[in-house]
Parts: sequence; structure tokens; C-alpha cells
Amino acid sequence: MFRYLIRRLLAAAVILVVISMVTFFIFFALPNDPALLACGKTCSPNRLLEIRHSLGLDKSLAMQYWEFFKGLFIGRNYGDQSVSIHCSAPCLGMSFQTDTPVMTTLLGAFPADLSLALGSAVIFLILGVGLGVIAAIRKGRFADKFAVGAALFGVSLQSYFVGLILMWALVDKWNLLPSPNYTSLTDDPGQWFTGLILPWVTLVVLYLALYTRLTRSSMLEVMGEDYIRTARAKGLSSRTVIFKHGLRAAITPIVTIFGMDFGALIGGSAVITESVFGINGIGKLAVDSVTNSDEPVILGTTLFAAAFIVLANVVVDLVYGLIDPRVRLS
Amino acid sequence: MSTTKSIAGQRPAPAAESSGENLLEVTGLEKHFPIRQGIVFQRQVGAVRAVDGLDFAVRAGESLGLVGESGCGKSTTGRLVTRLLEPTAGKVVFDGEDITHKPVVKMREARQNLQMIFQDPYSSLNPRHTVGTIVETPMRLNGINPPQGHKRRAQELLEIVGLNPEHYNRYPNEFSGGQRQRIGVARALALKPKLIVADEPVSALDVSIQAQVVNLLQDLQREMGIAFLFIAHDLAVVRHFSERVAVMYLGKIVEVGDRTAIYERPRHPYTHALLSSVPEVVPGSENRERIRLAGDVPSPINPPSGCRFRTRCWKAQDKCATEEPPLVRLEGNGDGHLTACHFPEEPTIASRGEDIVLDPALAALEEARRQSDTGV
Amino acid sequence: MALEISPQSADGSTPSSFLDVRDLRVHFPTEDGLVKSVDGVSFTLEKGKTLGIVGESGSGKSVTSLALLGLHKNSRARVSGEVWLDGQELVNLSEGEMRSLRGSKVSMIFQDPLSALHPFYSVGSQIAEAYLVHHKVSKKEARERSVEMLKRVGIPQPERRYRDYPHQFSGGMRQRAMIAMSLVCDPELLIADEPTTALDVTVQAQILDLIRDLQEEFGSAVIIITHDLGVVAEISDDILVMYGGRRVEYGTVQDVLEHQEHPYTWGLMQSMPHLSGDVTQRLNPIKGSPPSLINLPGGCAFNPRCEFRDRVPGDRCLTERPELLPVLGSDKHIAACHLDADGKAEIRGTADKAVK
Repeated sequence: MFRYLIRRLLAAAVILVVISMVTFFIFFALPNDPALLACGKTCSPNRLLEIRHSLGLDKSLAMQYWEFFKGLFIGRNYGDQSVSIHCSAPCLGMSFQTDTPVMTTLLGAFPADLSLALGSAVIFLILGVGLGVIAAIRKGRFADKFAVGAALFGVSLQSYFVGLILMWALVDKWNLLPSPNYTSLTDDPGQWFTGLILPWVTLVVLYLALYTRLTRSSMLEVMGEDYIRTARAKGLSSRTVIFKHGLRAAITPIVTIFGMDFGALIGGSAVITESVFGINGIGKLAVDSVTNSDEPVILGTTLFAAAFIVLANVVVDLVYGLIDPRVRLS
Repeated sequence: MSTTKSIAGQRPAPAAESSGENLLEVTGLEKHFPIRQGIVFQRQVGAVRAVDGLDFAVRAGESLGLVGESGCGKSTTGRLVTRLLEPTAGKVVFDGEDITHKPVVKMREARQNLQMIFQDPYSSLNPRHTVGTIVETPMRLNGINPPQGHKRRAQELLEIVGLNPEHYNRYPNEFSGGQRQRIGVARALALKPKLIVADEPVSALDVSIQAQVVNLLQDLQREMGIAFLFIAHDLAVVRHFSERVAVMYLGKIVEVGDRTAIYERPRHPYTHALLSSVPEVVPGSENRERIRLAGDVPSPINPPSGCRFRTRCWKAQDKCATEEPPLVRLEGNGDGHLTACHFPEEPTIASRGEDIVLDPALAALEEARRQSDTGV
Repeated sequence: MALEISPQSADGSTPSSFLDVRDLRVHFPTEDGLVKSVDGVSFTLEKGKTLGIVGESGSGKSVTSLALLGLHKNSRARVSGEVWLDGQELVNLSEGEMRSLRGSKVSMIFQDPLSALHPFYSVGSQIAEAYLVHHKVSKKEARERSVEMLKRVGIPQPERRYRDYPHQFSGGMRQRAMIAMSLVCDPELLIADEPTTALDVTVQAQILDLIRDLQEEFGSAVIIITHDLGVVAEISDDILVMYGGRRVEYGTVQDVLEHQEHPYTWGLMQSMPHLSGDVTQRLNPIKGSPPSLINLPGGCAFNPRCEFRDRVPGDRCLTERPELLPVLGSDKHIAACHLDADGKAEIRGTADKAVK
């Protein structure tokens, strides 16, 4: 198991380096000139060259990547001795727009991002698996049709639509909730919670159907297995049969998908929800940086998202080992 | 259903040549599947020695049975002979030609004469092809144009295997398990092969259907002179179908001989144990010897040294661990009856007065019973 | 008004046998029609005795066994008839009442022990679980009991193997573990559904003998379900031959195997090669395939595959369902065939010659 973990982590590191290279070369090979953007309206050729030099854009692409790569581990100084800005490790570069290290920007957006992803993931996982189990054991009956139908209805609505409707109804019309906003958990837990309810609900509506159907089909398959018959033949209660024997085995495919979804959510895939509710998460940051052609930030968010997805996959594999002894012992 | 029609004229009667030369000759055949392990670079840490040095021959028109328990390598042997697997070592000579490492593209001619029937009649037929296509494909691939045309020939073949030729346009899922196995047989017959390797051809079928397929294959062997390498775990079926039988254990042949030699005068303890384990339905079989081995077949990854059966054998001595017994004709054995054993058994399967029970649980239960019986 | 369930059987007689199955029916409604998997099966079994239920795939033998455990409850299946176990009727029991009997009074061994054991739990904990459901004991006691059972069924180093997972066991050892699990609560009725079909022949012999020896020690009644007449001959006292969900022949092993009264039983006997059979004699298979359970042939369900239906005058085999009638000169032996005694004797004579 330990060797397996080492192997997975090594593989993950290699994947990340490859992703960083690919994104780096794609974004920096783009035709628009970041130095020109940074230079602003009162730009002179000399100033442009200066900026080029201070951003390191006058070096070859390979050199630029090497500088970037080094910066990840030992930090990096921008500009000349006179006006140098230090970007401490792990340095993802400096934003062309704000002249702040990309890492600082990312870390600034991270709490909101994490709160949104974690909260909604916990809800849609519990709710989806629960509905899926009910649907599976009541297959073909009302509860099944209702659970599957409701989930399908949810996913067929777009998240901005759900978000706006909810806002209109719960915030504007009935004043049940404050206007959605991100407040830091450490500042005010109550506001953190109420402010995030609507974004969570919106995301849950989006993901619930997938998890309900996934759990349902996985459970149906498992409940037809011979070992479930054995469990029943032993005289176990149906609750023990369903949860201890059935769900334990049915959960493995769900863990895989959840790992990827959760990684992607943290990496900013909730961009529409973030925009609708004005929450400054990674997704919104990515969109803004694309609009502004702020390449270091684009690169940073891309790498950040990739890192979480790769990491989530490693965690999924470990969880797999915990669930299934056949994986652990082989 | 079991009658075979229009067989006459397909191939000269084999009676004369059946005792003649060897159609298939296998020497020193080995197949080791590597086991790899490693963090970045995979290195070989061992091998599954599925087949580990086989010598046998199949004569034209005869059926050689290959029996043994799971993991003995009998199916691997079938796949090596038909070159579905690449041998690790050894030599396969078919019809006078060395096909051991012949490139697959050059196998076409040999393939015509060397066909295979598989165990699972459900997965070995392409569900998207009609029965007619399935039977015709081998002919088309090999550029064979029968005078009566492909379709007529396919229909003839369907009739030979006892299917309705009008079902030419149906799909495999419209047939029962036994009928599908017949389609597999018709496909194998399409090229008029000299040898059919049949890998557990009846073990997935119901008892009553098994007999139908066994009869069909027997007709093909007898009337069309097709030789068979008949691989099965059912000892009674193998005895019924094969003139000669080879018993395999952990990748090696432990005993080979004609039917009578193996089933009535076995010498190898493993053959004795196998035969005594078969549950018999016929009254009067009570006076057979009773041998109950302990445990299962060991792993072929690290087979026991010397004689591989020694870990489960009641006659094993030190010599068995150090010296591998050669497959030879023992004193008192008939022609062609070879046994690989240092301490062979008496050539009989009759009860020996005392059971051999090596299984500890069985021995304990039976000992307790014996004591309570004498105690009362 | 709640319907009173009579403690007595329909015809009023109190069952005298330990297990008394009367007119058991298990029907499954499907889109294609009603599948009558089990259609009027009756038999009795005493403690310490073994019944072999024989038939091909789709004969209803496995469905019968699941019905005895009440495992069709809460499913689409319609179960009717009576199952009297030790004076208690099981078909009308509630799921809760049935559950307390499952695994304790009635237990079961399944065909493929690899798929019948949960891959994620250790073998030992699965056995202990079966003990804990029915006994108020500590986990430690359940564990000790399980180790003891593993030892009894011949698993070497039981304390160590207790923690191993099913995939770490060999096929034979897994089936032993399954037997240990089924016997952990001292069941009075043990049902073994094709317990050796997935095993090699030398292991099969060990397992069959183990079941027989353990039965003697535990004194339980055993039902063994198999397609292999050899297995039945080896281990059973009585045989029930099923075809298309119905009984066609029932009696002691000697009765049925030595004086078969039904052409289907003859057919099975002659389809199988024997270790001492005449190899020059062709096998005599039953023609055709097992019937569809939705549209069983009229009259005798076996008639389309029967070689002898023309010997019965007046197309009775096609129109009239044969009753199970007692065979002269035997207490228990019954068979459902229209052939007269002379006809049967004649066919049996030629059949026996073929087997020899």
C-alpha cells in the first residue's frame, strides 16, 4: 500500500509538470503582448522594453519556463535591483494587471471557493446517495420514480436559472434569506452559513441527479449479487443488508466520480454559480483573468485546478484501498 | 437431432491411417506467464508456469483427452497448440510442419487444418453476425470457394451439426446453449480440418444437451476422420470420447496411456485420487477405492520441487522432493502407458480395504465416529 | 377483520415429518407472462436425512430452495402452498419471524463461494456476523466460535485465516468457510445449492464427504440441489427429480436410480457417461431443450422430448397431465408418467443394458 502511494504521488507530480508546461507554452505563445498591456496608454518603446525585461519576456520560452519552474520552489525576483518585487515560493508569477503575486490572488479567492465546494459537495453527496439507495430498494415503485424524476428535473434546469429564481423568491420576495454573499467563516459563522445557502442549493440541484442515478444503478447491481443473498440468508436485518453489505460495495464507483467532481469544483468549475451570486472564487478569478488577458493568472488558476483534480484522484485511490481489501492487498 | 447427415464423401475413412503417423507432435512445450512488479520500471519477479514441459502426440483421426483440475494448464496447452498463445519454449509440429513460432500471417494454411471449439457458446460467437456469416467467414478468409457456393456449403454444415439449414439468417441469441455450441462446431468444420482442439466443449451445457454435443463430435471423429485434442475436467466424458488420455497436474503430464490403462490400470497416485473422487451414479461402484486428498492444487507460481504432486501425495518420500520423476513406461505397464512416479500404485482401482483420507477435518470426523461406533 | 392463520395445514392433518413441503408454488409475473418456476412441489424430510433435488437449468430447483428460506418475501414472486418445519408453517410467516429462523434454524450453502462471500469483509467476520445475529454474545465469543467452526471444517491455522479476505482463500477453502458460516448456528435444516459445481473433482469429493460427516455429527436435515446425479447418488437418501417446475419422480435413491419410472430420469441416466460404461455404446441424449416456464407443453410437460409418448394410447401425454402415482412394491416411490408398468419395465430393461 505504501509503495502504491509513492507510485501514485510520483505519477501525480509528473502529470502536474506536464500540465504546467503545456499551459505555459500555450498561453505564452499567444499573439497578444502582455508587456503592451502592462505598459498602459502612456507607452514609449523604451518603457516597453523595460517592462519586457522586468517581466522576463525578452528571454527564450524555454528559459522563461525554467524561471517559472524555479519560482515554484525557491521564489523569484522581478525587475531590477532598484525596483525589484519579490515573489516568494511557491511563486506562480505576477499578475500583469495588479502587479501582485498570482499566489496571493489565488489564496485570496480560495476560502470562498473551498466553502462553496465543500458545503455543496457534502450536501449533494449525502442527499444523492440517500435518494439513490431509496430509489434502488424501492425500484419501480413511487419512491423510485419520484427520486429519479425530481433529480432529473433539477439537472435539466440551468444553474443561473435556479440561482436567479431562488434569489428572487427567497431573498427579494419573502425576505427569508439575506442577499447571498461570502463572509469569512472566522469573521461570522452565522453569516458565512446564511450567505452560502443559496449558492449551495444551486450547486446541489445541479449535481444531485448524477449522484442519485449513479447510486441507484450501482446499488441495483450490488443488491443482485450473490453475497447479498448470503447476507439475507444469514438472517440479517434489511437495514444491515442494505447499508453494511450493499452500500459498502456500491460506494466505490461513486467515490471515483465524487473525487473528480470535487477536485473540479475546488478548481473553479462552479464559475456560473459564483458569477450569479457574486462570490469571488477561483472560477470567477479565471474568467476575469481571461477577459483581461492576464496570462500569469490564467496559468495559475489552470495549474491550481489541475493540482486539485490530480490530488483528488490520489485521494480517491487511497480511499479505494480502504474500502476494497482486494486493492489494498494486491 | 444427433444424427449426422451427408458426411460420406467428405474425407476418406480414417480407419487405416488412425494408427499411423502423428498429426500433431508436441515436445518440451512450455508457457510461462511473467509476473511484473515495480514502481516506475516494471521488472519480472516471477512467472506462472502454466505449462512446464509437455511431450505428447495426437495421431491422425484419434482423440487424445487432456484431463486435470483447474490450474493444471490444459486450456493453455490447447491455446498453445492452436497458436492463440506464443510458446515460451518447446516445439509444436503439425502435419509435418513446425508451427511453433510461425508468424500469424503465415499460419493461414495450418489454421485450415487446425480448428478450435471453445467452452462458452455464448461469448465465442459474434452476436451481430448471422449464423450463415459466422459459418462462412472462415471459408471466405481462407479463399475457399466450394463448388456449390458459400451459402449452400454453410447450409450443408448446419445440417451436418444437426441444425435446421433454414436458420441460416438467424442470429446467435435466437439459439439455445447446445445449439450455439453446434454453430461453433459448424464453423470449425467449414475448413475441413484434420484436428480440432476442443476446450471444455460441453461443460457449460445441461446434462441432456451435453450428450447431444458429445455424440455429434464423436460422429465427426469417426465418420470424417477428424482428430481431436479433447480438453475437459469431466473424467467420464473424456473416457467416453478419447482413445488415449493424458492426465495433467500443475503444468506437467503425470500419466498418459490408452483409455483402459488410465481408467482401469492407473499407476500414478494422482490418477487414482482423481478417479476415486468422481461421484458415480451406477450401482455397484461402491467397491472402488476411496481417496480424499487434503486441500487444493498448489499455485503454479512456485510449484513444489521434484514431483509436483508430492505435497498432496500419501506415498511421498524424500526422493520425491529432490528428484523429478521421468514420464516413462513402468514395469507391468502396457505399450504407450507412461507414468511419472517414483513410487507408483498398484494397477487397479478396486477398494484397498482401507480408505486414504488425507483431509484433516474429514479424518478427525471419521475417527470420532469410528470411536463412538466401537464404544457403543 | 384480520385473517386468522390456522396452525394446521389446509387438509387439517398435522405434519408428522420434520420438514413437510406441500404443494409449493413460486410464480413470477413478468412482461412476457407468468413464469411458473415452481408449480406444486411436495416432499418430506426427516432430521439426519438428505434429500437430493435434481433437474436441469430452469427446472425450479434453486427457486424451491430460496422459497424454503423465505427469500422470495418482499419480491415480485407469488409464493403459495405450505412449508412445515418442525411444526411451524413458514410460507405465511412475516419477514421478521422468518428472519429469526434464517441462518439459525435453516441455513444455506451457495454454489459459487467467491461471489457468495462479501469481498470487502474478512471471512472470519462474516462467520461471526452470522453467529451474532442470532445469539446475545460478545464479539469475542462470536469470534472464538467462528475460529472453532473454521477449524472444524478443516481450514488450517484458523486464527490467522480468520482475518483473511475471501479472495485470499482457494476455491475449496472458500467453500469450507461457507460451510462453517452455514453451520455456525447449529441449523436443523441445511440447504446446499450446487455446493460443489464450481469446484475441482478432488475438492468436490472432500466437500461432499465433509457435508455428509458434519451432518452425521450435527444431526441436521440436508437438502442438496444439483444437476449431477452422481453427487446425489453419493450423498442422498431420497431423490426428487424436477422438470419444468414440477415433480416428475420422487423416492429413495435406490428406488429412483435403480428402478427409474419416468422417461426423463432414464434420459438423464443415459445422457451421462459413466466411468464403467461401455464406450462403444453411443450416449442416448434426451432430444430437444428444456421447456419455457411460461408456456409449458400441455399434458405431460416432458412430452415433446419423450421418446415413448407414442406408446401411450390416445394422445394422453399431450392432453392429460399425468398424476404422481405410487409405484407398486415401494412405500415412497412415486412418478408422473402415463406409461403402464409393462412398458416401463421393458424400456428400463433396454436402458439398463445401455448403461452397463
